[in-house]
Amino acid sequence: MTATGAEAASAGSSLVERVRAGELAAIARLLTELERLSPAAPKLIAEIAPFLGRAQVVGFTGPPGAGKSTLVNAYIGALRAAGKTVGVIAVDPSSPISGGALLGDRVRMNDHTDDDGVFIRSLASRGHVGGLTPAAVRMIDAFDAAGKDVVILETVGAGQSEIDVAQVADIRIVLNAPGLGDDIQAMKSGILDIADILVVNKADLAGADKTFSQLASAVALSSVKANTPVLKTVATKGEGIAELVAEVNAVAEGRSETAETRRRKRARRLLAWAAADLIEAQVRDRSDPRIDALCDNILNGRSSPEEAAKALFEAT
Amino acid sequence: MTLAQHDSFPPRVLVTKIGFDGHDRGSRIVASFLRDAGMEVIYTPPWQEISQVVRLALEEDVDVVGVSSLSTDHLLMPKLMKALDEAGLGHVKVVVGGIVPDEDEALLMDAGVSKVFHPGVGREEIVGGVAEYAAQARQLRSEELVT
Repeated sequence: MTATGAEAASAGSSLVERVRAGELAAIARLLTELERLSPAAPKLIAEIAPFLGRAQVVGFTGPPGAGKSTLVNAYIGALRAAGKTVGVIAVDPSSPISGGALLGDRVRMNDHTDDDGVFIRSLASRGHVGGLTPAAVRMIDAFDAAGKDVVILETVGAGQSEIDVAQVADIRIVLNAPGLGDDIQAMKSGILDIADILVVNKADLAGADKTFSQLASAVALSSVKANTPVLKTVATKGEGIAELVAEVNAVAEGRSETAETRRRKRARRLLAWAAADLIEAQVRDRSDPRIDALCDNILNGRSSPEEAAKALFEAT
Repeated sequence: MTLAQHDSFPPRVLVTKIGFDGHDRGSRIVASFLRDAGMEVIYTPPWQEISQVVRLALEEDVDVVGVSSLSTDHLLMPKLMKALDEAGLGHVKVVVGGIVPDEDEALLMDAGVSKVFHPGVGREEIVGGVAEYAAQARQLRSEELVT
């Protein structure tokens, strides 16, 4: 370990200056401040603004147990071999009962603990469904400001419709593993539609060829995503990782969006999240005769919930 | 989330084991206690090196590090405390749980360990203690950096 903290601290430097210098303790603190949207966050966000838009954001999502963390571990290794620095945000679920969380993703990323070019932060989902939290989006900027070439987002184990990562990551990798469902599962809408790259991990297990051909045929039948590449990996052995890196690069080269556009998209996603939370709370709890009238309309069949919601949105 | 809720974030606790002993039942039970009390627990398998524990505590910005020791690994604690301090993590509170002979406890406390949980303590005492140390760690943390 080299620049872990006090030894690299230069007296009088601001937090953002220390982040820019690559000091690990400063990066850790910036991540926390942005995660919690602390009182200092607005000032820090303004200070890092000039340095943003460089990092490539790669999202890994898929069902629990497909091997997301292990594949991320292998992918980090390939990025490091190519000389790229990496920040990882690994999201695990919070308990809906206690609010507590056991954050264990990084246990599988242990190859990189002593590497100053890799910074891993675990994040609890804190009640957000969809595999990510708004905090994760802000934390991307902290890693971007720290000069990380690639920011990896690992979502909570996601099912069929948790597609937050689609609106946040630049490149979306969706994992599957053998034995998780039949060919009709693979054809269901949702998570397949958002994949830039599909991966069948644990490809050395029985049934992997079947899972692969089911996914490939579901992709071939899709009118929106017929060209999505499908790869096989064995993350524990590093097999298929070079091919994954090549596909990510190919997808990235095919993109024409500027960094600014991607950041604006993420900001819009944050706004949508916040607006949805706000509207939900207001509609549920506010005492308002207009809302009561719309509820009456739904109850007696005069309007559908969608029509009532539209009327409410247009009235405000 | 609003700005006012800043201090209401759950305690973050690293639960780990250093040294050669692999008996991880205790650390798993304690990690579950803390999780079920609403804390965010970063859990590692046994056999972590001191440099790894420091790195995890740093990257994860934890409030408390809990070390489980069942077969003399607690004797490594002074080294761990020194390494945490050198990494600028002096505000992080450290607790040890497991088998620590009474005659060794002073060695740990002198090194800066906040508390040794001996066999027989209950869930309430562990959870309450860790919550209290987490609150202390947040108080101690320098605000100078971010203001």
